[in-house]
Amino acid sequence: MNENYYTVTQLTKQIRNVLEQTFFDVTVLGEISNFKKHTSGHLYFTLKDENASINAVMWRNRVANLFFTPQDGMKVIARGSISVYEIRGTYQLDVSYLKPLGIGELQIAFEELKKKLAAEGLFDPRYKKPLPEFPQRIGIVTSPTGAVIRDIANIIARRFPIVELLLYPVIVQGAGAAEEIANAISQFNKYKNIDVMIICRGGGSLEDLWAFNEEIVARAIFNSEIPIISAVGHETDFTISDFVADLRAPTPSAAAELVVPNVTDIIENVKNFVYTMKENVSDNISFYKDSINSLISNYYFNLPMNKVKQSMQRIDEFDRIIKLLIERSLNEKKIHIKNFEQRISSLNPESVLNRGYAIVYKNSHIIDRAYKLNSGDEVGIKFKDKKLNATITEDKKE
Amino acid sequence: MKKKSKDSIFTIENQKDLKSLKFEDCFKRLEKIVSILEEGSVSLEESIKLYEEGIGLAKICMEKLSDAELKIKKLSKEINGKIIFEDFDLDE
Repeated sequence: MNENYYTVTQLTKQIRNVLEQTFFDVTVLGEISNFKKHTSGHLYFTLKDENASINAVMWRNRVANLFFTPQDGMKVIARGSISVYEIRGTYQLDVSYLKPLGIGELQIAFEELKKKLAAEGLFDPRYKKPLPEFPQRIGIVTSPTGAVIRDIANIIARRFPIVELLLYPVIVQGAGAAEEIANAISQFNKYKNIDVMIICRGGGSLEDLWAFNEEIVARAIFNSEIPIISAVGHETDFTISDFVADLRAPTPSAAAELVVPNVTDIIENVKNFVYTMKENVSDNISFYKDSINSLISNYYFNLPMNKVKQSMQRIDEFDRIIKLLIERSLNEKKIHIKNFEQRISSLNPESVLNRGYAIVYKNSHIIDRAYKLNSGDEVGIKFKDKKLNATITEDKKE
Repeated sequence: MKKKSKDSIFTIENQKDLKSLKFEDCFKRLEKIVSILEEGSVSLEESIKLYEEGIGLAKICMEKLSDAELKIKKLSKEINGKIIFEDFDLDE
């Protein structure tokens, strides 16, 4: 027997050459099973169909181009090359490109992840954190370019400009997007100095939005201590992020409306507060005024005053009586004086002049006897109407 | 999540203190004053004091709202896991 043989190494090398040269660029359709993501970042899984299976590996540098995380049961189209692992004598597919067979595969993946996370309680309302009523700083996780951040800034500037927006720029679609978004969420949680976070992107295809359907994003949202609003795509787009977040906004613009109050509403509120306070205080004051008035008009309150008033009335009465008495006595006195005057006037020496008598004066003294005069004396004679001078000429001795 | 329980009664002594208050605290205090007044359980003197404080707060609230201008910052770098933000102009 010709000792014609291969060593194991030689044979394996031969097999390797044949396989690697024949299948250096193949595209294969299969269903993923035994999917594992190694901590090194490489993906290991099996592709299978009803009758066969093949091991597959996707190295970390290739994984960076994946826009989705493969899952067991997902039908995929994998492109790559066959490589032989000589030490173990095994062969595998080195996957360079992987995509879901169709949109249906993503929908299935979405439903499965949703089911899984729901079962774990990640969507449970009791984990939903309340949003701050008046946020001061709002973290935004989105693309720094494009309309979304501008729309949000414009709306918040109009509604409630007292806030500060902190933008954490991320790519929002394609390879690595989910990791960046998840990282931004955890970084904001380390930073702490924000009151609420919005993670968002504009509308797009299911593939475009896929990062927001990744488990890594869902877990980052769930683990966030800062309340999160998820606003992805259009109103009709629902993502896993939306379910885990504390609040889902139908669009990024809607998130901006939800995250802050409207300044005009607040002004209205403040005006109402001022009105209510004014009403309240003036009501309060008039209440006390009314109370004081009713106290003042109260009978018992007025009892002492009434006594005073009564006394005052009595005093007035006394006063009137006294005045009356005085007046009466004065009148009596007046009459008395009048009588007296009459009586006195009848005694007036000059009243005799009225009756035709005359009075003789000498040196202003009344001369009541003739002997007091001598011949030649100058005398005055007072008549009723006039005073005349005269000289005594004769001493008429009788 | 850390809870800010700031809605306990706090009093504000003068206007200077008022100005340094955050909008939220101003507004909440004003809200509180209105509810105390509506409850009607304070004396007339107190209610007038509260009213004066409330009017001051309302003024500050209005001023804060009318003076405000939105600030936008963007992540500039990470140093040892700490993130730093810088001013960001969207019109650039």
